[in-house]
Amino acid sequence: MKLSGSEIIIESLKKEGVDYIFGYPGGAVLHIYDALFAAKDIKHVLVRHEQGATHAADGYARACNKPGVVLVTSGPGITNCVTGIATAHMDSIPMIVISGQVSRQYVGSDAFQEADATGITRPICKHNFLINDRESIADTFRKAFIIATTGRPGPVIIDIPKDLTDPNVKIDFEYKKNIKIRSYKIKTNEDENKIEEAAKILCSAKKPMIYSGGGVILSKASKELIKLTKLLNYPITNTLMGLGAYPSSDDQFLGMLGMHGTYEANMAMHDCDVLLAVGARFDDRVTGDTKQFCPKAKIIHIDIDPSSISKIIEVDHSLIGDTKKILRKLTSFSSKYKKNINRTAIEKWWKKIKSWQRKNCLSYKKSKEVIKPQSVIETLHTLSKGKSFVTSDVGQHQMWVAQYYKFDKPNRWINSGGLGTMGFGLPAAIGAQLAYPKEQVICVTGEASILMCIQELSTCLQYGLPIKIINLNNRYMGMVRQWQEFFYEGRYAMSYMDAIPNFAKLAESFGHIGMVIDKPENLENDLKTALNHKNRLVFVDVITDQTENVYPMIVSGKGHHEMHLAPSANEDIELA
Amino acid sequence: MNEDKRHIVSLLVENEFGSLSRIAGLFSARGYNIHCLSVAPTSDDSISRMTLVTYCTDAKSSQLMKQLDKLVDVINVKDLTDETHIEREMLLLKVKSTLKQRDELKRLTDIFRARIIDVTDTTYTIELTGPTEKILAFIDSLGKIKIVEQVRSGALGISRGSESLEIKK
Repeated sequence: MKLSGSEIIIESLKKEGVDYIFGYPGGAVLHIYDALFAAKDIKHVLVRHEQGATHAADGYARACNKPGVVLVTSGPGITNCVTGIATAHMDSIPMIVISGQVSRQYVGSDAFQEADATGITRPICKHNFLINDRESIADTFRKAFIIATTGRPGPVIIDIPKDLTDPNVKIDFEYKKNIKIRSYKIKTNEDENKIEEAAKILCSAKKPMIYSGGGVILSKASKELIKLTKLLNYPITNTLMGLGAYPSSDDQFLGMLGMHGTYEANMAMHDCDVLLAVGARFDDRVTGDTKQFCPKAKIIHIDIDPSSISKIIEVDHSLIGDTKKILRKLTSFSSKYKKNINRTAIEKWWKKIKSWQRKNCLSYKKSKEVIKPQSVIETLHTLSKGKSFVTSDVGQHQMWVAQYYKFDKPNRWINSGGLGTMGFGLPAAIGAQLAYPKEQVICVTGEASILMCIQELSTCLQYGLPIKIINLNNRYMGMVRQWQEFFYEGRYAMSYMDAIPNFAKLAESFGHIGMVIDKPENLENDLKTALNHKNRLVFVDVITDQTENVYPMIVSGKGHHEMHLAPSANEDIELA
Repeated sequence: MNEDKRHIVSLLVENEFGSLSRIAGLFSARGYNIHCLSVAPTSDDSISRMTLVTYCTDAKSSQLMKQLDKLVDVINVKDLTDETHIEREMLLLKVKSTLKQRDELKRLTDIFRARIIDVTDTTYTIELTGPTEKILAFIDSLGKIKIVEQVRSGALGISRGSESLEIKK
């Protein structure tokens, strides 16, 4: 079969099972778009800004664990993708970004819309390619998909000069599924003796703790994690990225840990004697002061990425490989050593944990005058029965979703954890909604974040996406304001959002339904009305309490046991 | 060990453009220094061999090895520091050589087994190969002789014995 470079690209994508491409056309990719025009199996989603394409592909990947695919032009097309690629990279999300490049004869001449795509994206992706000859297009695509989806996943960029996609030059096409990349090695299996040793350590614990992260979701190991945790009857906490991997409604779940984690999760981390870390990377928002991190614990760490081991916290026992496989073996070895578990000690440990839980650290002062942002999330959770896909932007609202929307299933919680990208929520919701057209997708955002990618409302109309946008509007960049209140003596430099648009009208002008909720007594009914619009996007502008803060809070650089609790959880803010 | 120490690292990398900047970029992105770096093709055209020297703690160097190994273009990487290995560096040195200094320069080059490879009426150019300490000792021995230009290759390293840095399958 003889095909042009553009046709090879489309055929390669078909062979990889790609059903959606998120993109924006331009000069350097017009040949590819022309080939795409003829392709029936692949649907193209036209975004309104290339950053939106990357976040949408990212949201798609997070929702359904398949790589998201982006197609953009050279120059500004690819530079607009930088934030989205970095976002995916920080959270290890599989993504393929195809960018056009000026024709080879012009490369390096400062041609129109020329940018060094591979140079710009090198530090923010798992790998990138600049294709040099037509013959290597197919192999490069196969390699890109292998690299993006295996091991610790991540974004891969393929930059392709326009002349290589010329429809008039055709070459033989063969898609080799089994390509070897000699320099790319992934260790997926761990030595059984090491896993058995870990089981022995786990079963010798008197105050055990399990801490799991996004790696569990990426390796689809949620079932295995639940099985092990249930077998041992140990307490478990999830990172921001790991929420949903273990059901929040389960009694053994202590909530999220870290900077805005629960009192019980953080105290249990501080006091535990054996810590099992699964697919987590000891991020600074999780560890706080590394010198005071789990000071009494022997740490076992399961991860697919060898460079995650002992990067931030020195661990005692590492298991490198696929989390799913290792958890399975660890569970079977643990059932062998389960008889060694000191049940009295574990009971005592649970008693201690229950006493921490009585602090009720997520309680907040209810109000009849102003809408409390926490109550919005709680109401959303009740109305959607906790089953929705929820995306968020970054800031206070993100933390409140993490704390109050009790996720019971993996892949339902979609947010930018590592890079903390404002503007992520709406385009990510587009990706999630396309991955699951029948499911309810909610984007919880704030009036500052939503304006960063507001143009994608137009995309939502074009593709009839019935996303529900819940805008927690407190007229402040809430998290910035919170830090300024705590650490800058209330000098609110540039954190007030002046000149806020009328969001309901804005949404209407984009062809959607706009709503405003500003009274606590209307919250439940109006939210219900919004969620009941099955086929329309509804933008709900919720006017919330301007002064609410996210609690508990560990100030950066402090230990897990040094939390600030909400004024309502105790008489005063207390240093626990 | 919390003290910075000299680490000499050997790498086999795909001979593709971008490989070198990936490695250099990793150093700057993660806050490591490159003291010196040498790159050249091997008998296999598709593979380059690199030797680099960096100063860091043992804990940082083990993290560095993992980060280098993680780069898709890196075929194999090894820290030679703590095993028996051979290091060589080449120095090309142009020095002022007045009539009075010529005898002394000749004597020094003989002592260090260096070679004078170019002569003008005012300068000598000297070539010297050896471990880094020898190179430094030679430069040090020149005393008041004025150095016009100094070119060093950076260290090259290879492990002793029959073992070699292999292409891992």
